[in-house]
Amino acid sequence: MSEQHSAIRLQSALGRVRGYGSARGGTHHWWVQRVTSMALLPLTLWFILSVAGHTGATHAEIVLWIGRPLNAVLLLSFIAISFQHAASGMQVVLEDYVRGEMKRVMAILVVKALCWILGLLAALSVLRIAI
Amino acid sequence: MSITEDAREAVMTGRRTDGTRVRRPLSPHLQVYDMVQMTSGMSIANRGAGIAWTIGMVFLVWWLVAAAAGPQAFANAQWFFGSFLGMLALAGLTAVAWFHTFAGLRHLYWDFGKGYDLPAVHKTGYITLIATGVMTALTWLIAIVSW
Repeated sequence: MSEQHSAIRLQSALGRVRGYGSARGGTHHWWVQRVTSMALLPLTLWFILSVAGHTGATHAEIVLWIGRPLNAVLLLSFIAISFQHAASGMQVVLEDYVRGEMKRVMAILVVKALCWILGLLAALSVLRIAI
Repeated sequence: MSITEDAREAVMTGRRTDGTRVRRPLSPHLQVYDMVQMTSGMSIANRGAGIAWTIGMVFLVWWLVAAAAGPQAFANAQWFFGSFLGMLALAGLTAVAWFHTFAGLRHLYWDFGKGYDLPAVHKTGYITLIATGVMTALTWLIAIVSW
């Protein structure tokens, strides 16, 4: 490979064949962000408008609403996909702005842990009401 | 590889598996852009909206946990959401959620390979801003009516 070529192509021949970049994940992360964003379009629309329509509801009314099977399933989907999308979105932000390998990896892992715990907390609450 | 002209380029060099050196590309960043431009301004605002919406998800978790915990815990959560600070946060979050939704839709449109020319980028940018305003107002209209 000539020097002129090497300035354009940043991949080794093997890397090119495998289709993976330096992150070793190929387009997986990018694709997951697209899939989750598409799922979140109807879910977010439904969630925001539903909550806005329940501002005056009592505790009993809210519990009844969350407990309906369709609402519970949509809520669980919204929670799981939102936190997945948030965690991988925040990962990109942290990768861009946090300097130092150790700090960067730790920040990403802490955010992922928080997303897991918050997501599970929300999901458990929905299940406790619905079941 | 060309001769290095700027000392900062030293941190932008890497090596391939065969040992030859490559100049890593540097992506554009905040300091090199005029943030009042529709293109870069919308881009960083979308990232900011994503971060804000992520933090705002804590409210959702609190609301659900409180609902599951019982009437007293739920009343405490409702008290906060009904307070000045809570309303301000929720109003901001509503706008941020709609903005991120419409800006995301704009990104999906781009992913289909469409709307890359500058007039189209400006047009979809304005549509995103207008749609965010309309949906935020509509959400709060519904919220106030159902109060």
